[in-house]
Formats: sequence, C-alpha cells, structure tokens
Amino acid sequence: MDFVNSIWFLILTTLAKSVGLLGVVLGMVSYSVYAERRVSAFIQDRIGPNRVGFPTSLLGFKKDFSPILGGLGQPIADAVKLLLKEDFTPAHVNKFYYWLAPALGISSVIVTLSVIPFGSTLFGVPMVIANIDVGILFVFALSSLGVYGIVLAGWSANSKYPFLGGIRATSQMISYELSMGLSVIPLFLIYGKLNLSQIVEWQVTNGWLLLPFTNGHIPHLSTILLWIPIFISFIIFTTSMFAETNRAPFDLPEAETELVGGYNTEYSSMKFALFFLGEYAAMIAGSSIVITLFLGGWHLPGIPDGSIASYLGLPGWAWGLVNIAVFFAKVFSFIIFFIWVRWTVPRFRYDQLMRLGWISFFIIAVANIFLTAGILMFFPN
Amino acid sequence: MAYTVPRPKLTLAEKLYLPAIVKGLILTFAHFKKMLQGRTHVSMQYPEEKWDSSLPEYYRGAPTLVTDTFGRERCVACQLCEFICPPRAITISPGEITPEDKFAKVEKYPKEFKIDMIRCIYCGMCEEVCPEQAIFLRKDYAITGLTRADMVHDKKKLLELGGVMDGVVHKWNPLK
Repeated sequence: MDFVNSIWFLILTTLAKSVGLLGVVLGMVSYSVYAERRVSAFIQDRIGPNRVGFPTSLLGFKKDFSPILGGLGQPIADAVKLLLKEDFTPAHVNKFYYWLAPALGISSVIVTLSVIPFGSTLFGVPMVIANIDVGILFVFALSSLGVYGIVLAGWSANSKYPFLGGIRATSQMISYELSMGLSVIPLFLIYGKLNLSQIVEWQVTNGWLLLPFTNGHIPHLSTILLWIPIFISFIIFTTSMFAETNRAPFDLPEAETELVGGYNTEYSSMKFALFFLGEYAAMIAGSSIVITLFLGGWHLPGIPDGSIASYLGLPGWAWGLVNIAVFFAKVFSFIIFFIWVRWTVPRFRYDQLMRLGWISFFIIAVANIFLTAGILMFFPN
Repeated sequence: MAYTVPRPKLTLAEKLYLPAIVKGLILTFAHFKKMLQGRTHVSMQYPEEKWDSSLPEYYRGAPTLVTDTFGRERCVACQLCEFICPPRAITISPGEITPEDKFAKVEKYPKEFKIDMIRCIYCGMCEEVCPEQAIFLRKDYAITGLTRADMVHDKKKLLELGGVMDGVVHKWNPLK
C-alpha cells in the first residue's frame, strides 16, 4: 500500500504538526510574557528585565551570552522558578474543581489552535492539524469553554476575591460572546464557508479581507462598499477578542488592583503558571483567528505557497516555511498590539462592559449583518 | 441640599471613544519610541551607574572611626555613643593605656569597638555626641554580608572605612 495515502502517514504527520505547533506556541507564550514586561516598561519610561542572559559561562565560555536588549533568558528563569515553587493547596478549597480549573483553562485554548491554518503546505502536507469544515464554530465552542476554567477556579478556591473574579468572568462572558458571534456573520456571508483553510485560500485569490487591495486587484464597487461592514466587524471582533482573552481593558476577572489577582489568587506554582500560560496562549489563538479571518492568514503578496515546485531558485518547501514564518510574524505583531493596548487603555467597569456589549456592539453587529447582506444583494460581483 | 453632578455634554467623537483610544495609543507609542531610541533617561542602572558623585555633603552613610594626623585612633572609649545609640548597635570594651605609651595622656582606648550594621539605623547620633570627633558617618551605603557576623564591623574595619581626619578637635579649638 502507498505509504503517503495510509492512515499511518496521517497519524505521523498530525503528531509531528501537533508537537511542532505546541512547541512554537509555548515558546511564543514565554517570550510574549517577556515582550509584555519589556514593552510595558518602555511605555512607562522604565527599563524592564534586562539582566538575565544565557549562562554560557557555565558551559566553559568566557562570558554570559546576553544579546540585543538583554534579559532574553528571563522566560527560562521564570519557568524554572514557577516549576520549582511549592505547589500549595489551601485546606478550604474544593479539591476536585480546584485541580480541574487550570487544566480546563489551558486545554480549551490549546485545542483551539488545532483548526488554525498556520502555513500553506510543506511537502504536500497541509499545515493545519485538523482541517474541519465547522472551523470557526469549533473555535467559538471551545473558547467559550475557557471561561469555565476561570469560573471554577473562582468558585472552588472558596475565598472572596477569586469568587468575585469568577462572577465577573461570567458576567463578562455573557456580554461579549453574543456580539462576537454576530460580528463574524458578515464575513461568512462574503466567504460562503466556515473552513478556515478555505477562508485563507479565498483571501489569497481575492485579496485580504480587511485590506482588499493587497493582491493587486482592481477594486470594484462592491469591494469598496463591503469594506465598511468588514471594518465594523473587525472592530467588534477584535474588541470582543480582548474581552475573551481577559486582557486589559477587559481584564475584570483578574483586576490585580481590585481583586489581588482575581480568580487565581489562591493558586501557586505550576497551577498558577497554567492560568498564565492559558491567558497568553489565548492571546495567540485569538490573534491567529483575527489574522486568519481578516488579515490573510499565512499569505503575503508576492510570496507563493508551498505547493509550487520552485520559485526564485528556492524549492517549494522553503516557501512553505516562509509562509509559516509570515503567519507567526503576523501573530507576533498582533500580540504586540494586544500589549500596546493593555498599557494604554484603562480598565472598564463591568457595567460599562455590559453596556458596551449589549447596547452598542450587539445592535451594531446585527445592523452590520443586514448592511452586508444588502450590499451583497444590490452590488454583486 | 442635593447637589447635581454636572454631566458634560459629550461630542460624537467622545461618545464613540475610539478617537480617544487612538490618541492614547499614539501617546504610549511616543514614549515607547523615545525609550527605544535611548532619549529617555529616568532609571539608573544601579550597579554600573551609581549616585555617589551626587551625594550631598550631609549624607549619612555607615558610621566609621577615624584616626588623627599622627595615626592615633581618636576614640577614647568614653562610651557616650554606646549609650546614646537608639538601637544599641555599638559595643565598646574600654582598655587602659599604659603610662609608658606615647599617647599616655589619653588614658583610655577601645580594646574592641563593634557596630552591628544590621541594627544601625544611620541616625548619626553617635557622631553628634562624640566629644573627640572620632566617629563619623561616611558615604558608604552598600553594606552587605553573607552572614550576621559579616555585618558586624569591628575596629579594624571601622578604621579602614573611616580613614584619617585632620585638624583640631572642635572641643579644643579656641576659636570654636
């Protein structure tokens, strides 16, 4: 039997992709924590962690290796610290849910990553772990589960601040979730499909959704008109994404200044680190979705996908790697944007968030659906 | 009397809130850029950069003992500093000076002079009370040690930190 078409090939490639993606994402998580600390410091005229290098002097080199801005060893030191700390479980907690919560928090986020196309193809293998047709619905379903991690953590910790954090997480969830779901419906009216890989391919041929002129297309009237509802969708979806990932200005469940850390107050060591990882992994997952839906996924104008034989003297697989690099570069810039917003906009009160979600965004999103449908009906391509 | 809080009339741009966010983003980016270009100098990189040169004259650092022009330690073990010291950081064991000694007129000297730098609060009372001007607060502030014993400065260490203090003692100065 042909090995390439056998089930073992599928299993092996999927396994390789999963391990690779998880490695890259976890690496990105630890370095986005570093980026967060550094960028926030720079925005506030401080310096930030610039001391910890790589202790190459232990390996017999003359000096420690501490490149560019310094402090690049910080994530490693942080990880070691979190792993070696005492894992303390308070006596008053509900043990089962207390242990379950961090696992729920991170696993739902990591599973979300499986449907995101993070590259074109590499040796004929599509660079997406699960190429399923429900695509974005799967993402919404799982990312909504993430809130259970927070609510359970807040409830099981049996202590007032985590409890308030948990309640806030619930109230926050019901306020953004609806407008988030509604804001992407215009996109599906345009794309006509939910599969994320096909969405990216649509954008390769028709230009990125948010920047429709990227592929050298001559804009026609419907493209220009459609740009308006797409931009509204983008604003609503991105804002809801901030709320979903519990990032400032919507970091109500954590709210360090009010709730001493919120839902994770009673957690320590690796269980705390899992929440932390989950938050940053959610940032990565969220940015990946925004990029896949609005900003062309792994595509960059002028760069072919990995299926071609050769281009500019480089083989197809090299361009496949370039596609992956482009995707992660886009994700990284979006994370920097996340961080930038966090240190600019002050936290909303949760009645303000609810008003924003229910009164402004919900109505705008519904109106937006009709606007898009109208444009598509009266100005077909 | 009831007081109605004045609610400002917001313009459409203010109600939309997005222009304000964009303005804020531009502001924070300006700070970020200035920092990246190295045009902001707020933080001091401590161990490499120090503020020693800008310490004021009246700075109260670690208390030290000084010697006079002839290399004699000025302390006469009167124990006034030991008694005045609020946290009782100073311990002195006075000893007699034998009549044959070059400095016999002084009568007493400290056999041991210890300042526990864990206890010291840098108040400067020892310096104020000293009739012989033998103890001075110098500008050393980074007093470190790996054990408690390291943090107790003995006479040798104190004299080493203090150095020589020339001139007449004010008490014996007719002009004073």
